[in-house]
Amino acid sequence: MLYAPTPMHIPDGFLSIPVSLVMWCISLVVIGVAVRRVGRELGERQVPLMGVLAAAIFAGQMLNFTVAGGTSGHLMGAAIATILLGPWAAVLVLTTVVGVQALIFQDGGLVALGANIFNMGVVGVAVSYFVYQTVRKIAGGRTWGIFAGGFLAAWFSIVIASLAVALELALSGTSPANIAIPTMAGIHALIGIGEGLITLGALSFIYASRRDLLTSGQSNTANNLSVWVGGLVIAISLAVLAPLASAQPDGLEWVAEQRGFLDLAQNPVFNIIPDYVFPGISNEALATIIAGIIGALLVFSVAVGLAYARRRS
Amino acid sequence: MHIHFLDPFREGDSPVHSLDPRVKFILVVSFIFTTSLTPTGAWPVYLLLLSLVLSVEVGSGLGIGYVLKRALLALPFVLAAVPLVLTLPGDPLFTFTLGSLTVTITQPGVERFLSIAFKSWISVQAAILLASTTSFPDLLTAMRAVKIPSLLVSIFGLMWRYLFVLADEALRLLRARQARSGQTDRPGLKPGGSLSWRGRVAGGMAGSLFLRAFERSDRIYMAMVARGYDGEVRSTPLPALQPGSKLLLSASLLLFLVLLAAAILFWS
Repeated sequence: MLYAPTPMHIPDGFLSIPVSLVMWCISLVVIGVAVRRVGRELGERQVPLMGVLAAAIFAGQMLNFTVAGGTSGHLMGAAIATILLGPWAAVLVLTTVVGVQALIFQDGGLVALGANIFNMGVVGVAVSYFVYQTVRKIAGGRTWGIFAGGFLAAWFSIVIASLAVALELALSGTSPANIAIPTMAGIHALIGIGEGLITLGALSFIYASRRDLLTSGQSNTANNLSVWVGGLVIAISLAVLAPLASAQPDGLEWVAEQRGFLDLAQNPVFNIIPDYVFPGISNEALATIIAGIIGALLVFSVAVGLAYARRRS
Repeated sequence: MHIHFLDPFREGDSPVHSLDPRVKFILVVSFIFTTSLTPTGAWPVYLLLLSLVLSVEVGSGLGIGYVLKRALLALPFVLAAVPLVLTLPGDPLFTFTLGSLTVTITQPGVERFLSIAFKSWISVQAAILLASTTSFPDLLTAMRAVKIPSLLVSIFGLMWRYLFVLADEALRLLRARQARSGQTDRPGLKPGGSLSWRGRVAGGMAGSLFLRAFERSDRIYMAMVARGYDGEVRSTPLPALQPGSKLLLSASLLLFLVLLAAAILFWS
């Protein structure tokens, strides 16, 4: 089968109606802003460019490569669309892709479409933009910034979007948070590597043949400061909310406490992701938030440190 | 080889095919909405909804088998709800030991899990019915009728028009790679190169696909301008709804409402 659905598209029936409606509202607002912004920038070129590129992203999702043991890497395309087109146009392109996937191919539901657009079109694009621009700023115009930024943007867009999926499922009471969040994050940390590699390959191809697409259009980043901040806020808040939600003593842990085998739960099966609780702080929620922030800062500072080390050499 | 098999639309002359696309679109969305709102464990209502969608499948001439086969596509996601069986508090249905772990399956967990799986199964069938009996231009008409911005609708339309062209291009790229043994289906024969090399090859393919799409969109834009395009999206006015369609629409919506009210009254 050439057309393989990704585990990112939520079908109907999995989200509660309030969650679906809230996600629809957010997505509609963002799409509305995007239509206006893109219309101002592109004018009458908008329809052909957006339409054909949405088709290209859709077709690009058919390109795969073998990873290991029958699994294969695929492209979701949020990062590459954001890098090539800028954030607002990418929102429209991904909305179109996700919309057609739901409407025609039943890849993701119709009532759940708002949430799917939010996860891929809003979270994916904003996080990609934030990561890519940050790495490029750090690289200071050097070419490796494009490639490192592209890979990291692809990886983060997939992982953070999967956290959003898991949180929506947990909020709808469909999937217990303490299982859904670590599982989704774990699976997509791997899928993200495939996405990152394809994005990297695509960027190096485009860099070799149409460098202007990557180097021009960087001057207007000031216009999109709001997107940059939005990406930062989404990334941090999801990275904090997810472990917080998964640390609530519901689900499996509730059963564990009830049955008095909390000690047993310390065994490796449940320890794939530890509890995110920070030692020395008695308030569990507070400790979780602090642990989340420290984790996010750690990852970010390692990335920044690596980037600076490379810049100096 | 062309990629037309992607298009799920099946030509036909059944009453479902000839139903006004706007009515069909609204009915399918409200059907899915009703299904989503039905509380957990309202089995009689689920069965009614299922029989409704199955009878429309029969009436559309698509055949139940065709729809059910396509509906399998959404199945893998059900895995996300499986842990509920173990974690929802309630009467234990049965308990078994797995190594050093005691696993308890609770009754509300099973009920919730089956409800979610059933709901998503019914919803997917309704969506398949819509896509298989409505041509894409008709769907665009329906989207315009429910007040989706016309700009977005025309982007959708243009995407659909070029989707098959670009999907064919992607197929050609895949075939070219296969011809150069970048990938092999034969077991035991390792695909060439390291993981990062394979990723780079696939990435190069994606990159060239995007570049070609960029250039193609330029040519399309020129062709559109040459034919008088000025950025304004013009469309013919929507014809008025037939009285029969109106009747069907309101009767069905009323039925959904009654089903939903009954489900919420008796099972929540």
